[in-house]
Amino acid sequence: MERERHILVVLPHPDDEAFGLSGTLAKYIEAGSPVTYACLTLGEMGRNMGIPPFANRVTLPEIRKAELEASCRAIGISDLRMYGFHDKTLEFEDQALLEGQIGALLDELKPSLVLTFYPGYAVHPDHDATGAAVVRAIGRLPENERPRVHAMAFARDLEKAIGKPDVVVDIRGFLKQKLASIEAHRSQFQAAELMGSKTLEDPELQERFGTERFWTYRFE
Amino acid sequence: MQLIERTAIQERIDRFKDQDLYLHLEMTTGAYASHLDASKHPAATFVTNAVVHYSLGSISGNGPYRVGLKMAHGWIYSEGLTHYEETDTERLILAGHDGQGKLVVALQLSREPF
Repeated sequence: MERERHILVVLPHPDDEAFGLSGTLAKYIEAGSPVTYACLTLGEMGRNMGIPPFANRVTLPEIRKAELEASCRAIGISDLRMYGFHDKTLEFEDQALLEGQIGALLDELKPSLVLTFYPGYAVHPDHDATGAAVVRAIGRLPENERPRVHAMAFARDLEKAIGKPDVVVDIRGFLKQKLASIEAHRSQFQAAELMGSKTLEDPELQERFGTERFWTYRFE
Repeated sequence: MQLIERTAIQERIDRFKDQDLYLHLEMTTGAYASHLDASKHPAATFVTNAVVHYSLGSISGNGPYRVGLKMAHGWIYSEGLTHYEETDTERLILAGHDGQGKLVVALQLSREPF
């Protein structure tokens, strides 16, 4: 894995990093790439409150904030920025405000790679709105200053529209970090059920979680 | 009621911003949800004639639609909207109806109480 000058991750919800790119980030971090994770909301409208429920609507944002911090520690991310936008509202937010905040991060960090959701193919409106704001903010930079964008997508039938993922990362060596990231989000996932009695070397676990996929976003 | 036309709704949302309004916001699974299907959890909630004031609002999606209204200290959000009352130009009457035509969600704004 090549070392990146700086990687900027922009996602809307605590736990968006866990299944889709935590292994990739751990792999980049091991290769010496600095990572900044901008998480736009606290996922405070989530419906999962733990089983049995230990969170409520009032306590959920603080609980998810602590889970996000634990997930970042598990992955090795030391620069976590939480923006405090309200969950589910990003598509209705002042789009210039959103784009401006991401633009300020791009100016500060000058990342060589940005990881986010693929706008239009990421299912949840907050995912799409985040990817769209990132792409607009980067699109405003001169062409030779734009970082590469690797985007996550999982809409049905997406391959007809945007083809197959062109960045496929083998993270079998980083399952420990990935599962610790998933496990950190205790209110959202039942990590123990995923693992069962399996070890990290279990072929089924490696097959299911060992690869992370991205699409390079192409600016026209 | 007729199927939502996004531009007509956006125009009304813009017309109603920056003023005190009466809000009716409702969601219901129907009182018989668990009687008809034991796996369903019956739930309903509404607020009627709460006074609200928003500075920014929009409709999104390709149907069913979503609406978000930004207030000084919070948000009004509604998902699953399908229909609006086209003859009522002084109020914004939005609803989401399921496959049987039953109301599931409603978002209504008016300058006078409902």
